[in-house]
Amino acid sequence: MENKHPASDNTKLTRREALKLAGVGGLGLILGATGMKSLLPSASTSEKAAATPVLADGIIPFYGKHQAGIITPMQDFICMGAFDLTTTSLDDVRKLFQSWTAAAARLTAGQTVDEESGSPHLPPADTGESAGLNPMRLTITFGLGSSFFDGRFGLAGKRPAALVDLPRFNSDEIRKEWSDGDIVVQVCANDPQVAFHALRNLARIARGKAVLHWVQEGFQRTGAADPSGSTPRNLMGFKDGTNNPQVSDPAVANEIVWVQPSDEPAWMAGGSYMVMRRIRMRIEVWDRSALDDQENTFGRHRDSGAPLGKTNEFDDLELDRKDANGNPVIPANSHVALAHMDGKVKILRRGYSYSSGLDARTGQLDAGLLFICFNRDPRKQFIPMQQKLASVDLLNEYITHVGSGLYACLPGASEGGYIGDTLF
Amino acid sequence: MMKKWGYPLSAVVLGSSLLLSACGSAETAKEEKKPEAAQPDKPAATETTANTAAVDLQAPIDAYRKWVIEQTDQLVKATESFTAAVKAGDMEKAKSEYAPARAYFERIEPIAESLGDFDPWIDAREGDVPDNEWRGYHKLEKALWETKSVADQGPVADQLLQDVKQLRVKVESVEIDVKMLVTGAVELLNEVSTSKVTGEEERYSHTDLYDFAANVEGAHEIFKVLKPALDAKDEALSKEIETRFAELDAALAPYRKGNGYVLYTELKEDQVKKLSQSLDALAEPLSKMGTIIGG
Ligand code: HEM
Repeated sequence: MENKHPASDNTKLTRREALKLAGVGGLGLILGATGMKSLLPSASTSEKAAATPVLADGIIPFYGKHQAGIITPMQDFICMGAFDLTTTSLDDVRKLFQSWTAAAARLTAGQTVDEESGSPHLPPADTGESAGLNPMRLTITFGLGSSFFDGRFGLAGKRPAALVDLPRFNSDEIRKEWSDGDIVVQVCANDPQVAFHALRNLARIARGKAVLHWVQEGFQRTGAADPSGSTPRNLMGFKDGTNNPQVSDPAVANEIVWVQPSDEPAWMAGGSYMVMRRIRMRIEVWDRSALDDQENTFGRHRDSGAPLGKTNEFDDLELDRKDANGNPVIPANSHVALAHMDGKVKILRRGYSYSSGLDARTGQLDAGLLFICFNRDPRKQFIPMQQKLASVDLLNEYITHVGSGLYACLPGASEGGYIGDTLF
Repeated sequence: MMKKWGYPLSAVVLGSSLLLSACGSAETAKEEKKPEAAQPDKPAATETTANTAAVDLQAPIDAYRKWVIEQTDQLVKATESFTAAVKAGDMEKAKSEYAPARAYFERIEPIAESLGDFDPWIDAREGDVPDNEWRGYHKLEKALWETKSVADQGPVADQLLQDVKQLRVKVESVEIDVKMLVTGAVELLNEVSTSKVTGEEERYSHTDLYDFAANVEGAHEIFKVLKPALDAKDEALSKEIETRFAELDAALAPYRKGNGYVLYTELKEDQVKKLSQSLDALAEPLSKMGTIIGG
C-alpha cells in the first residue's frame, strides 16, 4: 500500500477528478479564482465528494456521511480552537451543536452566519468581516475531547474506548493552555480571514455555554504561491506530506481514517480520531545544523524530497538499502525510517505550520508544526508510532511537543440532522 | 422636575439642555442637542414609536431616572465624607472610603458620560487627559497609595466634591431614552471588560473589583427596569440574561470580603479569565436587548 501522491496537496488533481471537472466546466477554469461556485454542486456529487473540490474559492459541502476537513485535500490556512463547556446541561449542549451545525452549513456555503434582522438597534447577526468573500473551501470539523465524557452530562458511559488519555511520551513538555478541551473545532480555508471569521462566530454563538480554551492558527504556502501544487514544505524546509496515504481511495480511507460500523461505539461510525500536537521547532538550532545532518534527520533529501540515495520524491523508501560500509542509507533512527512503521501502521497527517511570534523569555521564534492527524484507532496507530518516535527519533533534538489533544471527530450530519445527533 | 418626552425613542439625545446653568461656563456645549431640535437621526427611528405602543417604555425610564438620582445622592454623600478625610489628612479613612464612594459613580457611568465632561473630571486616570487638566478620584488615588501624601490635595478634593455636586444637579433633568438604556447597559459591561477585568482602572489601589461589581450592578438595574418590556418581546432572551446575571454574581461571590472585595492583585490568572468569560457570556445576550425598540 505505498502511495505516491500526497493527499494533502490542495491543487493537484487526480486524473479522474480532472476529467470530471472538464466534463462540467472545462479544465481551463479550474485554477481560475472566481466563477466556479456554480459548477461545484455537480462537481461534488461523487462518492468522493470530500476529495473532489479543488477550486480556490469553491464550496465544500458541509453535510455528508463524514465531516469535511478530514480527508478533504488541505486548504492553505487553519484556525483551530478548543472549547470548554461552562454549561452543565445536556440540553444546552444539544442546542449548541444544533446552532453550530446550522451556522457551519451556512458559513461553508459562503453565507453569513445567520439572517440579518436589519434592526439598527441590534448588533448585526454576523460579525461581517467575510462579507462579499468567496467561500474559499471553508470546512468546519467538530470533535469531542475525553473531558467531554467526564460525567457532567451523564455521558461517561458513552466514552469511546479509543478516546484514551494520551500517555506521556518521552520529553513531552505539554502545557495545559495549549492542550485538550471539551470540544475541538478545526476550521480550514484558503483564506485566513474567512477561517478566522468562522471560528469567531462559532465562539460568539457559544457564549454562555462554552468558552475558548485555546486557539491556534496555522498556514502553509498558498495555492497561488505554488500553482503546480507540489508537496508543501514545513518550516524546516523539507517537503512534508509526501508519503501520506492516498485517502481519495475509499478503501484506504476506511482502513486508516474512518471508524467502521464494526468498531465500537456505534455512534462513532463514520467519524475519526484526531490528534493535535503543538510541536515547537527549535528554529535557531535547526538553522545552524549542516545539510547532511538535516537530511539524515529526516531520511530524505531536502531539495527533491526523495528518500536518501534516490532522486525522485515519490520513490520507494527501500529502508533496507545499505551503503558501502554496510550501514543503512536511510539511518534507522531517522524520522521517516521510524515513522514508516514497517509499512504496517499508518495515519493521515493534516498539519499546518504555525508561527506565534516571539517567545518573550528567550527572544526566539515560537514557531513549529501544528501537527494534526486522523486515525481510526489511536491506540493502534498514533500512539505506538509516537512512542517510537519520542524515544529515538533524530528529529527530537530539534523539536518539543508543547500542546496535545485527542478528539473524537463525530460522523457527518445529513441535512435536517446535526453534528452529534448520533450521540445526544 | 420630570418631563415626559414625546420624541421618537431611538433618537439618541445626549446631554441635557434643560439643566440649570449654575456652571455653564465650564460646560462644553458641543455634544448637546436641544430637545426641540432633536430629530430622529435614522429613518428607521420614526417607525419604532408605533411598534412600542403595546409596551410601556416610559415607566422604565422614570424608574431608572429615580434610581440614578438616588445613586447620585449617595455619591455626593460618600464623596463629601471621602474628601473631608483627604482634607483632614486622614489617610486610612480616605483609603477605606475611596472604593465604596466611587462605586456610586461607576453604577451610573453612562449617564455621567452623556452629560459632557463629568466622566473625565471625576474618573480620568493619569494619562487619559493632559497632566495639567487631571483631577478627580484617580488623582487622589495616586496621592493616597502611590505618593502617600495628601498634604497638597485639598484643592483636588474640593474640585471633586464640586464636580460631583454639579453632576447631581444635572442628572435631575438628564434626558433618558430606551436606546440610551440599552446601549448604556452594554457599555457598562464593556467598561468592565476593557479596564476593570484587566486591573487597569485602579492602578494604585487595586480596588478594581469594586468598580467591576458596580458596573455590573448598573447594567443589572437597567435590565430590571426594561425586563417587563423585554418579557413581552422575547421572553427567552430575558430569561437568558437573568440566568447570566446570576452566574456572573456567583462568579464574583468568592471575592467578596466584608462589605467590599479583595484586591485585584490577589486574583490568579485563571480566576481573572473566568470572570472575564462570565462577563462576555452576559454581555452577548444583553446586547440583544435592543430588540424591544421595534424593528
Ligand atoms: C515537527 C514535527 C515533525 C516534522 C517536522 C515532520 C516532518 C516530516 C517529514 C519532512 C516527513 C517526510 C515526508 C513525508 O512523507 O511526508 C515526514 C514523514 C512522516 N511523519 Fe513526520 N514530522 C513531524 C512529526 C511527526 C509526528 C509527531 C508523527 C506521528 C506520530 C509523524 C509521522 C510521520 C509519518 C507517518 C511519516 C511518513 C513516513 C513514511 O514514509 O511512511 N511525524 N514527517
